[in-house]
Amino acid sequence: MPRLVINGLEARYGSLKVLDGIDLDVASGDVVGLIGPSGSGKSTILRTLVGLTPPAAGSVEIDGEHIDYAKPGDVRRLRDRLAIVFQQYNLFQNMTVLQNVMIAPTKIKKRAAAEVREEAVRLLAKVGLADKLDRYPDELSGGQQQRVAIARALALRPEILLLDEVTAALDPELVSEVLDTIRVLAREGMTMLIVSHEMGFIREVSKEVVFMDAGRVVERGTPAKIFDAPEEARTRDFVSKILRH
Amino acid sequence: MWERLIEEAPRFFGYYNLVFLGKAALATVALSALGCIIGIVLGSLVALLRLTTRLPLAPLRWIAALYTEIFRRVPFLVTLMLVFFAFQLSKVDLPMFWVAAVSVTLIASAFLAEIVRAGFESVHRNQWDAAAAMNFGLLDTVRYVVLPQAWRIILPPAFGFFVLFIKDTALASQIGVIELTFAGKVLNNKGFSAVLVFGTILVAYFLVSWPLSRLGKHLEQRLASPRHQRP
Ligand SMILES: Nc1ncnc2c1ncn2[C@@H]1O[C@H](COP(=O)(O)OP(=O)(O)OP(=O)(O)O)[C@@H](O)[C@H]1O
Ligand SMILES: [Mg+2]
Repeated sequence: MPRLVINGLEARYGSLKVLDGIDLDVASGDVVGLIGPSGSGKSTILRTLVGLTPPAAGSVEIDGEHIDYAKPGDVRRLRDRLAIVFQQYNLFQNMTVLQNVMIAPTKIKKRAAAEVREEAVRLLAKVGLADKLDRYPDELSGGQQQRVAIARALALRPEILLLDEVTAALDPELVSEVLDTIRVLAREGMTMLIVSHEMGFIREVSKEVVFMDAGRVVERGTPAKIFDAPEEARTRDFVSKILRH
Repeated sequence: MWERLIEEAPRFFGYYNLVFLGKAALATVALSALGCIIGIVLGSLVALLRLTTRLPLAPLRWIAALYTEIFRRVPFLVTLMLVFFAFQLSKVDLPMFWVAAVSVTLIASAFLAEIVRAGFESVHRNQWDAAAAMNFGLLDTVRYVVLPQAWRIILPPAFGFFVLFIKDTALASQIGVIELTFAGKVLNNKGFSAVLVFGTILVAYFLVSWPLSRLGKHLEQRLASPRHQRP
């Protein structure tokens, strides 16, 4: 059953149309990889989904429930089910690593602090940061911040996880650590929409790959189709260029 | 001149004058404290209101914006007169001290609203985004994420304003509130030499405002950013 269904989604920044009629769906437990050139609107899709950039047109459904982004109640319920890891991590600068992970579950979801703490410590250990609990974000490397952001998103216990370039800032050995984390999540059945330039990873972890360019979905299909036998010239172009690197 | 001052001093610092000056200083302190404390509360509320996004609150947002823009631009004296005559017209019989207190609070709130707003805006957009995406409401975002980062930006201009503001409360003398400046004029009219009287008033203002500056510095160091507290 499709869990996340996006139809004709449009978004603009001022007069610039950044999303121009996006159709996309993610089935429950699936991983969909979103690829495309810089500026094609990948981050904007994720931001629009969580209600940070208001959609100009189109519809979003989660488990059959239509989301009206103009209604605060709808957005609140949506954000209870979706978590996003930002391209720039967006960790709270005034909080330690542990506080970053614990703040929303305790203060917003009002779960018991002791229980949240236990889970936060476990999640941080899982992403290899057990020894950094009391550090502040500006004392961490980009890759470490990235992993805190992943742990923070997981602590929300989301049904759907949106990941934006979670490996962009990592050194090669850390890339594999973060990718392992995501692989485990995929195996555990987490529904995910993943934006990445890591083609090998996208290919391995995704059930379906969506290629977009200039605010439109150009082509979608199994990883084998997109990477080995793309139908569209633009996809072929992009894939061959990025694989050559 | 010195001889005259020395001759006058014991009389000037007599019991009744000291009580009179003390009461006046108290009025200055009270006006300043009211302005600063209620000002920071109301100012923060106005700044918060301007951050809301919901449509039904739009009229309140405009009023908040208009209020901040107007009262920061009007001379203190004009606001004072406006409030004074507004109370006269509405036949509310308020002691002059409270008329002055209302004016002072109106002005301080407008200035502090702008200072707080600038502080809020100094916090990077992505901090607001992260909070919103995790379902923080506006108040939770400000409380847990924005204020702890904005203190550093808000405190220096806020305390700078407080210090300027203390001396501006002198204008309350225009409507007959007996605060420090008014007390100075009264004593001067009684025949005490201007140097002695206003020298004393100067010291009094300094004694009121100096501790406040120190408090500001202290808070800046303590609250500014939790990260800088660590060794
Ligand atoms: N806040 C903003 N204001 C104005 N334009 C923006 C803003 N954010 C993004 N854009 C523009 O929207 C377009 C899509 O941006 P987006 O960040 O979604 O691209 P992307 O596919 O994620 O790119 P990248 O791979 O570099 O992260 C770009 O042309 C970008 O310049
Ligand atoms: Mg992006």
